[in-house]
Amino acid sequence: MFYCILCYNRESELQAWTREKEATVMAQREAVAHALATQGRLGPVGRLMPTTTAMTVRASRETLVLDGPFAETKEQLLGIYFVDCKSLEDALSVARSLAGDTGALEVRPLAQFYPGIGLQ
Amino acid sequence: MTDIAWIGAALTAARPQAVAALLRYFRNLDVAEEAFQEACLRALKSWPVNGPPRDPAAWCIFVGRNSALDEMRRRNKHDSLPEDDLIADSDEDPEAAMVERLDSSAYQDDVLRLLFICCQPDLPATQQIAVALRIVSGLSVQEIASAFLVSEAAMAQRLTRAKRVMMKSAVAFETPGPVERAERLNTVAAMIYLLFNEGYSASGGDAHVRVPLCEEAIRLGRLLLRLFPSETEIMGLTALMLLQHARATARLDENNNIVLLDDQDRGRWNREMLNEGLVLVEKAQRQGIPGTYQLQAALAAVHARAARPQDTDWSQIDQIYAILEALQPSPVITLNRAVAVSKVRGAAAALQMLQPLAQPLGSYFHYFGVKGALLKDLGRTDEAREAFNKAICLARTAAEAAHIRMNLDKLDS
Repeated sequence: MFYCILCYNRESELQAWTREKEATVMAQREAVAHALATQGRLGPVGRLMPTTTAMTVRASRETLVLDGPFAETKEQLLGIYFVDCKSLEDALSVARSLAGDTGALEVRPLAQFYPGIGLQ
Repeated sequence: MTDIAWIGAALTAARPQAVAALLRYFRNLDVAEEAFQEACLRALKSWPVNGPPRDPAAWCIFVGRNSALDEMRRRNKHDSLPEDDLIADSDEDPEAAMVERLDSSAYQDDVLRLLFICCQPDLPATQQIAVALRIVSGLSVQEIASAFLVSEAAMAQRLTRAKRVMMKSAVAFETPGPVERAERLNTVAAMIYLLFNEGYSASGGDAHVRVPLCEEAIRLGRLLLRLFPSETEIMGLTALMLLQHARATARLDENNNIVLLDDQDRGRWNREMLNEGLVLVEKAQRQGIPGTYQLQAALAAVHARAARPQDTDWSQIDQIYAILEALQPSPVITLNRAVAVSKVRGAAAALQMLQPLAQPLGSYFHYFGVKGALLKDLGRTDEAREAFNKAICLARTAAEAAHIRMNLDKLDS
């Protein structure tokens, strides 16, 4: 069984971290990821850019494109895609085509990406 | 995880919102700052024992407000003294109640107001920045003094004076209307960009990049953008700072001399920062409302996208300058546009653009530098030498003069 592990934290705090703190946290996480990779168990890993870069595509009668991250608390995170896009506009059009007539999709660029093994 | 580093970061991050909310509540900056300070002291005692709160900003507002009220009651001696640890010991969950009461729309205007009151028109720009660093960012007087390369005593005095000016001015505590909000955003954006530039370029003398100031400016830009996610100029401002700061390490050589854009090792540019800036530029441009920060960021983005200097899309730079010129006519912008024009349509066309600038830019270093380079390209060596000589006289830093001298040497060879 594959599991997706989602990382949450207060962004404003991360942005106030010292370089040492940032390095310590990242080193600890990278050590775990490295061990998983050696065991052939690590799929794609990505570090998201700040929420200030995010846009949200919301499906309704007509598809809405909004500035900012997905902020509703009444809907739950149900899935995730990693897509290589030429531009933000390109990413938004992928999200629009995925949206269909239901749900919301947040489009957020990745700051870092590790493709991992092709999971079967 | 309640180590000191985490608590420090949590309090730094909570500060703008907490001080801003306390200011709205008490309508007095000193009381608000003291209340937050008290909350910080209690956090250092309470968080390692009780664990971190879910929302540190709300916790600080709640605790800070109560401690300031206690202090007032104690001074007035009208009411009986409340329990010292009322908050920690009470049965109800004050934090949850607080979070519910603090909706994000109030936060928005609170933080904007706090930044705005630092931008007193009566204060010189550097004092506005210093005050913002003290009140909004919570930097110590010592940190600010060293960032501004002055003594701690001098900075303390400046801050006291600046605060006195701020206290005298009337601040509107009502929720601002759309026009007023837009004006406040403009003023605050200008102050943040000044702060960034203060770190980015030392005015005259030995140039160096004061990284903490640049990073603090970017942090404030992101903070504003989180609060106003659709403001294209805040996107533009944040993008502009990210794109410029991404080049900071490549901008100086080992002797701390400025390395010009064309000569920079682009492999040393910070890719992560550049990419974030590029996304923000694209996001801002989608709305089709040009603004000066956005356009400047768009210019930086064109350079960022070029893997080598010769890959630069100069016609796009020309177009962006044309929009900027229309939006905010200025001889310096025309001069910059002329550089782009020289790359697209040749030196003769660019030189023609320079003609009306001779008067307004008659004592501007870059005007003569550009003029000299264009004349050189056209083979008008004597006139080029004359222009370069004028440029040297007007150079403000050793690096500027050295750059022109190099051009003069090339003329002679």
